[in-house]
Amino acid sequence: MDKLIHKVKEALHFDTKKDERLICKHCEADLSKKSLMKHHMICTECGSYFRIAPRDRIKLICDDGTFKEMFSAIESKNFLDFPKYDQKLAQAKEQTNEKEAVLCGRAKIGNVPACIFVMDSRFIMASMGSAVGEKITRLFEYATKQKLPVVGFCCSGGARMQESILSLMQMAKVSGAVQRHGQEGNLYLPVLTDPTTGGVTASFAMQGDIILAEPKALVGFAGKRVIQQTANAAFPDHFQTAEFLLEHGFLDAIVERENMKETITLLCAQHRKAGRTA
Amino acid sequence: MSKSIYQQFKNARAGARPTASAYIAELFDKRIDLHGDRRFADDAAIIGGIGYLGGIPTTYIGIEKGTDLQSRMDHNFGCPKPEGYRKALRLMKQAEKFHRPVVCFVDTMGAFCGVDAEERGQGEAIAENLVEMMGLRTPVISVIIGEGGSGGALGLAVADRVYMLENAVYSVIAPEGCANILWKDAQRVEEACEALHITAKDMKAFQVAETIIPEDFVHFDMMCENLKRTLVEDICHLSSMRKYDLLENRYHRYRAFGVYREE
Repeated sequence: MDKLIHKVKEALHFDTKKDERLICKHCEADLSKKSLMKHHMICTECGSYFRIAPRDRIKLICDDGTFKEMFSAIESKNFLDFPKYDQKLAQAKEQTNEKEAVLCGRAKIGNVPACIFVMDSRFIMASMGSAVGEKITRLFEYATKQKLPVVGFCCSGGARMQESILSLMQMAKVSGAVQRHGQEGNLYLPVLTDPTTGGVTASFAMQGDIILAEPKALVGFAGKRVIQQTANAAFPDHFQTAEFLLEHGFLDAIVERENMKETITLLCAQHRKAGRTA
Repeated sequence: MSKSIYQQFKNARAGARPTASAYIAELFDKRIDLHGDRRFADDAAIIGGIGYLGGIPTTYIGIEKGTDLQSRMDHNFGCPKPEGYRKALRLMKQAEKFHRPVVCFVDTMGAFCGVDAEERGQGEAIAENLVEMMGLRTPVISVIIGEGGSGGALGLAVADRVYMLENAVYSVIAPEGCANILWKDAQRVEEACEALHITAKDMKAFQVAETIIPEDFVHFDMMCENLKRTLVEDICHLSSMRKYDLLENRYHRYRAFGVYREE
């Protein structure tokens, strides 16, 4: 019964967006969302990548109907009365129809059970505050108990300054959960998507056993403007792109969207554990 | 009120404060400085070595800002590069192997932002430290002595105890950067300082720091004598714990951070 309700909900969610049109930022082609989804959200005119909302990503990566969302009740709170934060949160919620900047759950990928999180660049630039940190930490803790791999689609502007030092502490908190998950011999597979920067790059995005990225994704620690201010150096070609990181030894592979599900499936299958409880 | 927090921020960054090397010289006897990350270089922004802390062989690691213009330039103004974080991690792993406690002195505007730092994986270097420090099977205490600048500070501050000097600050983002993003005006740094809650008192309230260390730079030797007593006490306590409990407590120290709604 629950499954049925879930399926109906999913279908409804999809339907409301049936007629959505999207404009390619690179070639300005006007495309239907439906046809884009069939092409993994890759522009059919120029081949550039659209950013993908978490629920669409789930559809592209997880086996149909297998995704069960977890920790969906957790959301941010403006506990410091930080200027403009309430408006930012309200705006983000309205624009995305989501409560937070990360979607977590468990699913089957190519029939292999896994935990998955997907960050949402539309939600305050997928910045990490207490809620994001808590959701990802709980997911790793759950995956450790269930001996499941974690697949994490990362993107972020970094730690969320509106929650002050507690956002910085989320970097350590998630790192602790990643450490324990790894200690038990479980696979963590981050996939870096456009853009992954700041405190997320300096924590769980770079802590994977195998680190994948999408082509041309921006990945870095400091922003280009800050680097320019610090040292007036010229940027090398492809600076802070996935290709640049691969060349410098910080990625295992760049995987095109068409091959992403297959690649994740293969890696999860290769690391499948005996004695898994779920 | 805002002025005093801003003043505190400026003081924390000011060149007149003692830097990591001054604390290390005062606290540790029979020191030997150790260099290099064994991979690429020796980052002068990170200093480290072994010395006796009240008779206990201890690994010390500090972010050094330098004291005059020349030495500030030599130490890259206390902005570590990836090789600095990797050097720190090497010394921590060494301490773990030989069952020495680790004391870190944190004082940085932030990790260095540069093309070379990005090329050598600034993010990866800090990320690796966070994971490794979470699992390090030896006691770690971090002392924020001036400026705790974001991820660049956290890379040396995943610890069993965190101390803050009375007028030190700890922040998720440089207040100038925050002002720039919030109001598109880096001049509104005073307001940013207030909004960000960066003082030692704030850190104590957030439980990000356990202990506030009173400052007395006029009687620096006496101040350090007190600091040493606190460090030795905590190290003795932490060293007496079973490794399992030590790591369990460290995990939960960070696991508890966060304020959110769940309905």
